[in-house]
Amino acid sequence: MTDRAGVYARILELIEPLNARKVALGEHTSFAGDMEMDSLTVMDLVASMEDEWDIMIPLNMLPDLETIGQVADAVHGLVAKKG
Amino acid sequence: MTVDLLAKYDPLIAEHAGLLATGIRDPFGIVMDEVLSPTQAIIKGKATILLGTYNYMGMTFDADVVAAGQAALRDYGAGTTGSRVLNGTYQTHKECEAALKDFYGMAHAMVFSTGYQANLGMVSTLAGKGDFIILDADSHASIYDGCKMSNADIVRFRHNDAADLEKRLKRLPADAGKLVVLEGVYSMLGDVAPLPELVAIAKAHGAMVLVDEAHGMGFFGAHGRGVYEEQGVADDVDFVVGTFSKSVGTVGGFCVSNHPRFEILRLVCRPYTFTASLPPAVVASAATSIRKLMTAHDKRARLWEATRRLHGGLKARGFRLATDTPESAIVSVLMPDQETTALMWSTLIDLGVYVNMSRPPATPAGVFLLRCSICALHSDEQIDTVLGRFEQAAQLCNLARNQAA
Repeated sequence: MTDRAGVYARILELIEPLNARKVALGEHTSFAGDMEMDSLTVMDLVASMEDEWDIMIPLNMLPDLETIGQVADAVHGLVAKKG
Repeated sequence: MTVDLLAKYDPLIAEHAGLLATGIRDPFGIVMDEVLSPTQAIIKGKATILLGTYNYMGMTFDADVVAAGQAALRDYGAGTTGSRVLNGTYQTHKECEAALKDFYGMAHAMVFSTGYQANLGMVSTLAGKGDFIILDADSHASIYDGCKMSNADIVRFRHNDAADLEKRLKRLPADAGKLVVLEGVYSMLGDVAPLPELVAIAKAHGAMVLVDEAHGMGFFGAHGRGVYEEQGVADDVDFVVGTFSKSVGTVGGFCVSNHPRFEILRLVCRPYTFTASLPPAVVASAATSIRKLMTAHDKRARLWEATRRLHGGLKARGFRLATDTPESAIVSVLMPDQETTALMWSTLIDLGVYVNMSRPPATPAGVFLLRCSICALHSDEQIDTVLGRFEQAAQLCNLARNQAA
Protein backbone atom coordinates (compact mmCIF):
# COMPACT_ATOMS: atom_id res chain seq x y z
CA MET A 1 0.00 0.00 0.00
CA THR A 2 2.93 2.36 -0.53
CA ASP A 3 2.40 3.20 -4.20
CA ARG A 4 0.60 6.47 -5.00
CA ALA A 5 -2.75 4.76 -5.68
CA GLY A 6 -2.55 2.72 -2.48
CA VAL A 7 -1.62 5.76 -0.40
CA TYR A 8 -4.47 7.75 -1.93
CA ALA A 9 -7.02 4.99 -1.25
CA ARG A 10 -5.93 4.64 2.38
CA ILE A 11 -6.04 8.43 2.89
CA LEU A 12 -9.66 8.44 1.73
CA GLU A 13 -10.43 5.79 4.37
CA LEU A 14 -8.76 7.88 7.07
CA ILE A 15 -10.68 11.01 6.05
CA GLU A 16 -14.12 9.40 5.77
CA PRO A 17 -14.95 9.34 9.53
CA LEU A 18 -14.04 13.06 9.73
CA ASN A 19 -16.04 14.00 6.64
CA ALA A 20 -18.86 15.54 8.64
CA ARG A 21 -20.48 17.23 5.65
CA LYS A 22 -20.40 14.00 3.60
CA VAL A 23 -18.68 15.73 0.69
CA ALA A 24 -17.79 13.57 -2.31
CA LEU A 25 -14.03 13.00 -1.99
CA GLY A 26 -11.65 13.40 -4.91
CA GLU A 27 -8.11 14.49 -5.80
CA HIS A 28 -9.14 18.14 -5.77
CA THR A 29 -11.34 18.14 -2.66
CA SER A 30 -9.95 20.72 -0.21
CA PHE A 31 -9.89 20.26 3.56
CA ALA A 32 -10.76 23.79 4.65
CA GLY A 33 -12.86 24.89 1.67
CA ASP A 34 -14.87 21.83 0.63
CA MET A 35 -14.89 19.77 3.81
CA GLU A 36 -14.92 22.76 6.18
CA MET A 37 -12.49 20.99 8.51
CA ASP A 38 -11.15 23.13 11.33
CA SER A 39 -7.42 23.30 11.95
CA LEU A 40 -7.55 20.95 14.96
CA THR A 41 -9.29 18.22 12.94
CA VAL A 42 -6.75 18.60 10.16
CA MET A 43 -3.90 18.25 12.67
CA ASP A 44 -5.47 15.09 14.13
CA LEU A 45 -5.86 13.67 10.63
CA VAL A 46 -2.19 14.38 9.94
CA ALA A 47 -1.24 12.54 13.13
CA SER A 48 -3.19 9.47 11.98
CA MET A 49 -1.37 9.52 8.62
CA GLU A 50 1.99 9.83 10.37
CA ASP A 51 1.20 6.72 12.39
CA GLU A 52 -0.20 4.82 9.40
CA TRP A 53 3.05 5.07 7.44
CA ASP A 54 5.50 5.81 10.30
CA ILE A 55 6.52 9.11 8.74
CA MET A 56 6.74 12.70 9.96
CA ILE A 57 4.64 15.45 8.41
CA PRO A 58 5.69 18.68 10.13
CA LEU A 59 2.81 21.11 10.82
CA ASN A 60 4.63 23.82 8.92
CA MET A 61 4.03 21.78 5.73
CA LEU A 62 0.25 22.04 6.14
CA PRO A 63 -0.33 25.45 4.50
CA ASP A 64 0.88 23.90 1.21
CA LEU A 65 -1.38 20.86 1.50
CA GLU A 66 -4.85 22.11 0.65
CA THR A 67 -6.32 19.17 -1.25
CA ILE A 68 -6.44 15.39 -0.84
CA GLY A 69 -4.29 14.99 -3.95
CA GLN A 70 -1.60 17.26 -2.55
CA VAL A 71 -1.57 15.29 0.70
CA ALA A 72 -1.34 12.00 -1.19
CA ASP A 73 1.64 13.34 -3.15
CA ALA A 74 3.36 14.49 0.02
CA VAL A 75 2.74 11.25 1.91
CA HIS A 76 3.82 9.16 -1.08
CA GLY A 77 7.01 11.23 -1.33
CA LEU A 78 7.80 10.82 2.37
CA VAL A 79 7.13 7.07 2.26
CA ALA A 80 9.36 6.69 -0.83
CA LYS A 81 12.14 8.69 0.84
CA LYS A 82 11.96 6.42 3.87
CA GLY A 83 12.62 3.46 1.52
CA MET B 1 -11.31 47.63 -7.03
CA THR B 2 -10.50 47.00 -3.41
CA VAL B 3 -10.93 43.57 -1.90
CA ASP B 4 -12.41 43.93 1.59
CA LEU B 5 -9.88 42.12 3.73
CA LEU B 6 -12.40 41.73 6.54
CA ALA B 7 -14.93 39.92 4.35
CA LYS B 8 -13.28 36.59 5.24
CA TYR B 9 -14.68 37.02 8.75
CA ASP B 10 -18.30 37.20 7.58
CA PRO B 11 -19.19 33.70 8.84
CA LEU B 12 -17.92 34.60 12.33
CA ILE B 13 -19.70 37.97 12.24
CA ALA B 14 -22.94 36.16 11.40
CA GLU B 15 -22.40 33.53 14.10
CA HIS B 16 -21.75 36.16 16.79
CA ALA B 17 -24.73 38.24 15.70
CA GLY B 18 -26.89 35.10 15.77
CA LEU B 19 -25.78 34.37 19.31
CA LEU B 20 -26.65 37.88 20.52
CA ALA B 21 -29.98 37.75 18.65
CA THR B 22 -31.12 35.05 21.07
CA GLY B 23 -31.18 37.79 23.69
CA ILE B 24 -28.15 36.75 25.76
CA ARG B 25 -25.36 39.03 26.98
CA ASP B 26 -22.14 39.12 24.95
CA PRO B 27 -19.72 36.68 26.61
CA PHE B 28 -16.79 38.49 25.02
CA GLY B 29 -17.96 42.04 25.78
CA ILE B 30 -17.99 42.24 29.58
CA VAL B 31 -17.03 45.59 31.11
CA MET B 32 -16.00 45.82 34.76
CA ASP B 33 -17.39 49.19 35.85
CA GLU B 34 -15.77 48.96 39.25
CA VAL B 35 -13.42 46.36 40.72
CA LEU B 36 -14.01 46.06 44.45
CA SER B 37 -11.51 43.34 45.29
CA PRO B 38 -9.79 40.34 43.65
CA THR B 39 -13.10 38.46 43.96
CA GLN B 40 -15.77 41.14 43.38
CA ALA B 41 -16.68 43.69 40.73
CA ILE B 42 -19.63 45.79 39.64
CA ILE B 43 -20.82 44.79 36.17
CA LYS B 44 -23.76 46.72 34.71
CA GLY B 45 -24.61 47.99 38.17
CA LYS B 46 -24.66 44.51 39.70
CA ALA B 47 -22.32 43.20 42.39
CA THR B 48 -20.68 40.19 40.76
CA ILE B 49 -18.49 37.42 42.16
CA LEU B 50 -15.42 37.03 39.95
CA LEU B 51 -14.73 33.37 39.25
CA GLY B 52 -12.84 33.63 35.98
CA THR B 53 -9.86 35.93 36.43
CA TYR B 54 -6.81 33.65 37.08
CA ASN B 55 -6.13 35.94 40.03
CA TYR B 56 -5.15 32.81 41.96
CA MET B 57 -3.32 34.42 44.86
CA GLY B 58 -5.38 37.61 45.04
CA MET B 59 -2.35 39.89 44.76
CA THR B 60 -3.98 42.62 42.63
CA PHE B 61 -5.06 44.66 45.68
CA ASP B 62 -2.31 43.57 48.08
CA ALA B 63 -1.34 46.73 50.00
CA ASP B 64 2.42 46.22 49.56
CA VAL B 65 2.05 45.44 45.85
CA VAL B 66 -0.05 48.57 45.26
CA ALA B 67 2.31 50.74 47.32
CA ALA B 68 5.36 49.51 45.37
CA GLY B 69 3.63 50.41 42.11
CA GLN B 70 2.62 53.84 43.38
CA ALA B 71 6.16 54.62 44.54
CA ALA B 72 7.66 53.56 41.20
CA LEU B 73 5.05 55.56 39.28
CA ARG B 74 5.98 58.62 41.32
CA ASP B 75 9.76 58.09 41.18
CA TYR B 76 10.27 56.73 37.64
CA GLY B 77 7.28 58.07 35.71
CA ALA B 78 4.45 56.45 33.79
CA GLY B 79 6.47 54.55 31.18
CA THR B 80 9.93 53.85 29.81
CA THR B 81 9.16 54.71 26.16
CA GLY B 82 11.80 52.23 25.10
CA SER B 83 13.07 48.73 24.46
CA ARG B 84 14.76 46.71 27.18
CA VAL B 85 17.98 46.79 25.14
CA LEU B 86 17.99 50.57 24.64
CA ASN B 87 16.54 53.02 27.17
CA GLY B 88 13.86 50.75 28.66
CA THR B 89 15.73 48.96 31.46
CA TYR B 90 15.40 50.77 34.78
CA GLN B 91 16.53 49.73 38.22
CA THR B 92 12.96 48.48 38.73
CA HIS B 93 13.31 45.98 35.85
CA LYS B 94 16.57 44.63 37.25
CA GLU B 95 14.98 44.28 40.71
CA CYS B 96 12.09 42.39 39.17
CA GLU B 97 14.48 39.99 37.43
CA ALA B 98 16.38 39.59 40.71
CA ALA B 99 13.13 38.66 42.45
CA LEU B 100 12.45 36.04 39.77
CA LYS B 101 15.96 34.57 40.11
CA ASP B 102 15.46 34.30 43.88
CA PHE B 103 11.96 32.85 43.53
CA TYR B 104 13.07 30.15 41.08
CA GLY B 105 16.60 29.67 42.39
CA MET B 106 17.93 30.13 38.87
CA ALA B 107 20.87 32.04 37.44
CA HIS B 108 19.05 33.99 34.73
CA ALA B 109 15.73 35.77 34.33
CA MET B 110 14.38 37.75 31.41
CA VAL B 111 11.20 39.84 31.72
CA PHE B 112 8.98 40.29 28.66
CA SER B 113 6.09 42.73 28.27
CA THR B 114 3.43 39.97 28.32
CA GLY B 115 3.22 36.23 28.89
CA TYR B 116 2.19 35.81 25.26
CA GLN B 117 5.40 37.47 24.16
CA ALA B 118 7.47 35.32 26.51
CA ASN B 119 6.28 32.13 24.81
CA LEU B 120 6.32 33.69 21.37
CA GLY B 121 9.88 34.90 21.89
CA MET B 122 11.36 31.87 23.61
CA VAL B 123 9.90 29.23 21.32
CA SER B 124 10.69 31.11 18.10
CA THR B 125 14.22 32.05 19.16
CA LEU B 126 15.35 28.73 20.66
CA ALA B 127 14.43 26.65 17.60
CA GLY B 128 15.50 27.70 14.11
CA LYS B 129 15.82 26.22 10.65
CA GLY B 130 16.74 22.54 10.79
CA ASP B 131 15.63 22.21 14.43
CA PHE B 132 12.45 20.52 15.64
CA ILE B 133 9.82 21.78 18.06
CA ILE B 134 7.74 19.03 19.62
CA LEU B 135 4.65 20.43 21.32
CA ASP B 136 1.63 19.07 23.16
CA ALA B 137 -1.54 19.19 21.03
CA ASP B 138 -3.35 21.27 23.67
CA SER B 139 -0.64 23.95 23.83
CA HIS B 140 -1.62 27.59 24.34
CA ALA B 141 -1.97 29.84 21.28
CA SER B 142 1.21 31.70 22.22
CA ILE B 143 3.20 28.46 21.85
CA TYR B 144 1.61 27.63 18.49
CA ASP B 145 2.33 31.18 17.33
CA GLY B 146 5.94 30.88 18.51
CA CYS B 147 6.22 27.71 16.42
CA LYS B 148 4.83 29.50 13.40
CA MET B 149 7.32 32.32 13.84
CA SER B 150 10.31 29.98 14.12
CA ASN B 151 11.65 28.37 10.98
CA ALA B 152 11.76 24.98 12.69
CA ASP B 153 9.84 21.85 11.77
CA ILE B 154 6.83 21.48 14.05
CA VAL B 155 5.76 18.11 15.46
CA ARG B 156 2.65 17.78 17.63
CA PHE B 157 2.02 14.92 20.05
CA ARG B 158 -1.22 13.76 21.64
CA HIS B 159 -2.11 15.70 24.79
CA ASN B 160 -0.23 14.45 27.88
CA ASP B 161 0.54 11.15 26.10
CA ALA B 162 4.09 10.00 26.88
CA ALA B 163 3.97 7.02 24.48
CA ASP B 164 2.86 9.27 21.62
CA LEU B 165 5.65 11.76 22.42
CA GLU B 166 8.20 8.93 22.33
CA LYS B 167 6.89 7.56 19.04
CA ARG B 168 7.21 10.99 17.43
CA LEU B 169 10.65 11.73 18.88
CA LYS B 170 11.91 8.40 17.49
CA ARG B 171 11.07 9.56 13.95
CA LEU B 172 13.38 12.59 14.24
CA PRO B 173 17.03 12.62 13.20
CA ALA B 174 19.27 11.92 16.20
CA ASP B 175 21.63 14.79 15.45
CA ALA B 176 18.98 17.53 15.02
CA GLY B 177 18.28 20.20 17.64
CA LYS B 178 15.04 19.50 19.50
CA LEU B 179 12.84 21.54 21.83
CA VAL B 180 10.01 19.81 23.69
CA VAL B 181 7.41 22.34 24.89
CA LEU B 182 5.14 21.40 27.81
CA GLU B 183 2.78 23.15 30.20
CA GLY B 184 2.47 22.34 33.90
CA VAL B 185 -1.26 23.11 33.96
CA TYR B 186 -3.34 23.17 30.78
CA SER B 187 -5.63 26.15 31.11
CA MET B 188 -8.73 24.95 29.31
CA LEU B 189 -9.50 21.73 31.18
CA GLY B 190 -7.34 22.56 34.20
CA ASP B 191 -5.52 19.23 33.96
CA VAL B 192 -1.92 18.73 35.01
CA ALA B 193 0.86 17.21 32.86
CA PRO B 194 2.66 13.96 33.83
CA LEU B 195 5.97 15.80 33.64
CA PRO B 196 8.28 13.04 34.98
CA GLU B 197 7.33 10.69 32.12
CA LEU B 198 7.32 13.39 29.43
CA VAL B 199 10.56 15.03 30.55
CA ALA B 200 12.39 11.68 30.88
CA ILE B 201 11.45 10.75 27.31
CA ALA B 202 12.46 14.18 26.01
CA LYS B 203 15.85 13.92 27.71
CA ALA B 204 16.40 10.33 26.50
CA HIS B 205 16.03 11.62 22.94
CA GLY B 206 18.41 14.53 23.41
CA ALA B 207 15.79 17.28 23.49
CA MET B 208 15.89 20.48 25.53
CA VAL B 209 12.76 21.08 27.59
CA LEU B 210 10.70 24.24 28.10
CA VAL B 211 7.82 24.19 30.59
CA ASP B 212 5.18 26.92 30.72
CA GLU B 213 4.10 27.37 34.34
CA ALA B 214 1.65 30.23 33.76
CA HIS B 215 -1.12 28.49 35.71
CA GLY B 216 1.10 26.74 38.26
CA MET B 217 3.22 29.55 39.69
CA GLY B 218 2.50 30.49 43.28
CA PHE B 219 0.88 27.32 44.60
CA PHE B 220 2.49 24.13 43.22
CA GLY B 221 5.68 22.84 44.84
CA ALA B 222 7.51 23.63 48.07
CA HIS B 223 8.56 27.09 46.83
CA GLY B 224 5.46 27.70 44.70
CA ARG B 225 7.51 27.43 41.51
CA GLY B 226 5.06 25.28 39.65
CA VAL B 227 4.11 21.75 38.68
CA TYR B 228 7.68 21.01 37.54
CA GLU B 229 8.86 21.62 41.11
CA GLU B 230 6.06 19.64 42.72
CA GLN B 231 6.72 16.65 40.44
CA GLY B 232 10.47 16.78 41.07
CA VAL B 233 11.81 17.38 37.56
CA ALA B 234 13.50 20.77 38.14
CA ASP B 235 16.97 19.42 37.26
CA ASP B 236 15.85 18.31 33.80
CA VAL B 237 13.91 21.41 32.75
CA ASP B 238 16.02 23.83 30.71
CA PHE B 239 13.63 26.78 30.53
CA VAL B 240 10.64 27.84 32.61
CA VAL B 241 8.26 30.39 31.11
CA GLY B 242 5.69 32.24 33.19
CA THR B 243 3.50 35.28 33.48
CA PHE B 244 2.75 38.11 35.90
CA SER B 245 -0.92 38.24 34.88
CA LYS B 246 -2.09 35.34 37.01
CA SER B 247 -0.75 34.63 40.50
CA VAL B 248 1.55 37.69 40.46
CA GLY B 249 -1.45 39.93 39.85
CA THR B 250 -0.22 42.43 37.26
CA VAL B 251 0.98 42.00 33.65
CA GLY B 252 4.17 40.76 32.01
CA GLY B 253 5.93 37.54 31.10
CA PHE B 254 9.27 35.93 31.82
CA CYS B 255 11.67 33.09 31.24
CA VAL B 256 14.11 31.75 33.86
CA SER B 257 16.95 29.34 33.21
CA ASN B 258 20.38 28.16 34.33
CA HIS B 259 21.66 27.89 30.78
CA PRO B 260 25.14 29.51 30.62
CA ARG B 261 24.42 31.11 27.23
CA PHE B 262 21.01 32.47 28.28
CA GLU B 263 21.88 36.20 28.32
CA ILE B 264 22.48 36.32 24.55
CA LEU B 265 18.74 35.85 24.07
CA ARG B 266 18.21 39.50 25.02
CA LEU B 267 19.84 40.48 21.74
CA VAL B 268 18.28 37.90 19.41
CA CYS B 269 14.76 37.42 20.75
CA ARG B 270 12.63 39.75 18.68
CA PRO B 271 9.51 39.91 20.90
CA TYR B 272 11.87 41.03 23.69
CA THR B 273 13.97 43.45 21.70
CA PHE B 274 11.51 45.15 19.39
CA THR B 275 8.87 46.29 21.86
CA ALA B 276 8.71 48.78 24.72
CA SER B 277 9.50 47.50 28.20
CA LEU B 278 6.91 47.34 30.97
CA PRO B 279 6.15 50.55 32.91
CA PRO B 280 8.21 50.89 36.12
CA ALA B 281 5.05 50.69 38.26
CA VAL B 282 4.22 47.28 36.79
CA VAL B 283 7.62 45.69 37.36
CA ALA B 284 7.88 47.21 40.85
CA SER B 285 4.48 45.72 41.74
CA ALA B 286 5.52 42.39 40.22
CA ALA B 287 8.80 42.26 42.16
CA THR B 288 7.02 42.90 45.46
CA SER B 289 4.34 40.34 44.67
CA ILE B 290 6.87 37.65 43.65
CA ARG B 291 8.81 38.10 46.90
CA LYS B 292 5.59 37.82 48.91
CA LEU B 293 4.56 34.68 47.01
CA MET B 294 7.74 32.93 48.19
CA THR B 295 6.29 32.56 51.65
CA ALA B 296 2.54 32.65 50.94
CA HIS B 297 1.95 29.23 52.52
CA ASP B 298 -1.39 30.14 54.10
CA LYS B 299 -2.75 31.51 50.84
CA ARG B 300 -1.65 28.39 48.96
CA ALA B 301 -3.46 26.19 51.47
CA ARG B 302 -6.54 28.38 51.27
CA LEU B 303 -6.55 28.29 47.45
CA TRP B 304 -6.57 24.49 47.41
CA GLU B 305 -9.28 24.44 50.09
CA ALA B 306 -11.55 26.78 48.11
CA THR B 307 -10.85 24.83 44.91
CA ARG B 308 -11.83 21.53 46.52
CA ARG B 309 -15.01 23.15 47.85
CA LEU B 310 -16.05 24.37 44.41
CA HIS B 311 -15.07 21.19 42.56
CA GLY B 312 -16.77 18.93 45.12
CA GLY B 313 -19.86 21.12 45.28
CA LEU B 314 -20.35 21.22 41.52
CA LYS B 315 -19.79 17.48 41.26
CA ALA B 316 -22.32 16.82 44.03
CA ARG B 317 -24.85 18.91 42.09
CA GLY B 318 -24.39 16.71 39.04
CA PHE B 319 -22.33 19.05 36.87
CA ARG B 320 -19.95 17.28 34.47
CA LEU B 321 -16.41 18.43 35.15
CA ALA B 322 -13.34 18.25 32.91
CA THR B 323 -11.22 16.62 35.63
CA ASP B 324 -12.50 13.98 38.04
CA THR B 325 -10.55 15.52 40.92
CA PRO B 326 -9.37 19.14 41.31
CA GLU B 327 -5.93 18.99 39.67
CA SER B 328 -5.30 22.76 39.56
CA ALA B 329 -7.10 25.98 40.53
CA ILE B 330 -9.10 25.77 37.30
CA VAL B 331 -12.42 23.95 37.45
CA SER B 332 -14.01 23.52 34.02
CA VAL B 333 -17.65 22.55 33.63
CA LEU B 334 -18.34 20.56 30.45
CA MET B 335 -21.26 21.86 28.40
CA PRO B 336 -23.17 20.17 25.59
CA ASP B 337 -23.12 22.83 22.84
CA GLN B 338 -22.60 26.50 22.04
CA GLU B 339 -26.21 27.59 22.61
CA THR B 340 -26.51 25.98 26.06
CA THR B 341 -23.07 27.26 27.06
CA ALA B 342 -23.94 30.81 26.08
CA LEU B 343 -27.32 30.64 27.81
CA MET B 344 -25.81 29.25 31.02
CA TRP B 345 -23.06 31.85 30.94
CA SER B 346 -25.55 34.65 30.40
CA THR B 347 -27.82 33.37 33.17
CA LEU B 348 -24.89 33.18 35.57
CA ILE B 349 -23.82 36.76 34.83
CA ASP B 350 -27.40 37.91 35.40
CA LEU B 351 -27.27 36.10 38.75
CA GLY B 352 -24.00 37.88 39.61
CA VAL B 353 -21.34 35.26 38.83
CA TYR B 354 -18.63 35.81 36.23
CA VAL B 355 -16.97 32.73 34.72
CA ASN B 356 -15.24 32.27 31.34
CA MET B 357 -17.08 30.88 28.38
CA SER B 358 -14.65 28.83 26.30
CA ARG B 359 -15.29 27.29 22.93
CA PRO B 360 -13.40 25.78 20.00
CA PRO B 361 -10.84 26.47 18.64
CA ALA B 362 -9.50 27.74 22.00
CA THR B 363 -10.63 24.47 23.59
CA PRO B 364 -9.35 21.02 22.61
CA ALA B 365 -11.47 18.35 20.91
CA GLY B 366 -14.39 20.66 20.19
CA VAL B 367 -15.57 20.94 23.78
CA PHE B 368 -17.60 23.83 25.21
CA LEU B 369 -16.76 24.93 28.73
CA LEU B 370 -17.76 27.20 31.56
CA ARG B 371 -14.37 27.70 33.09
CA CYS B 372 -13.93 28.74 36.70
CA SER B 373 -10.65 29.86 38.24
CA ILE B 374 -10.43 30.13 41.98
CA CYS B 375 -8.76 32.81 44.13
CA ALA B 376 -7.19 32.28 47.55
CA LEU B 377 -9.38 35.15 48.74
CA HIS B 378 -12.67 33.51 47.80
CA SER B 379 -14.49 32.91 51.09
CA ASP B 380 -16.43 29.73 51.79
CA GLU B 381 -19.58 31.88 51.70
CA GLN B 382 -18.74 33.13 48.21
CA ILE B 383 -18.09 29.59 46.97
CA ASP B 384 -21.39 28.43 48.47
CA THR B 385 -23.20 31.38 46.85
CA VAL B 386 -21.64 30.43 43.51
CA LEU B 387 -22.75 26.81 43.93
CA GLY B 388 -26.30 27.93 44.64
CA ARG B 389 -26.33 30.15 41.58
CA PHE B 390 -24.95 27.39 39.36
CA GLU B 391 -27.81 25.20 40.59
CA GLN B 392 -30.32 27.95 39.88
CA ALA B 393 -28.89 28.66 36.42
CA ALA B 394 -28.91 24.98 35.49
CA GLN B 395 -32.61 24.77 36.37
CA LEU B 396 -33.42 27.94 34.42
CA CYS B 397 -31.53 26.60 31.39
CA ASN B 398 -32.74 22.99 31.66
CA LEU B 399 -29.14 21.81 31.67
CA ALA B 400 -28.83 18.02 31.67
CA ARG B 401 -26.84 16.87 34.69
CA ASN B 402 -25.59 13.62 36.18
CA GLN B 403 -27.60 11.98 38.91
CA ALA B 404 -26.49 13.63 42.14
CA ALA B 405 -23.43 11.78 43.38
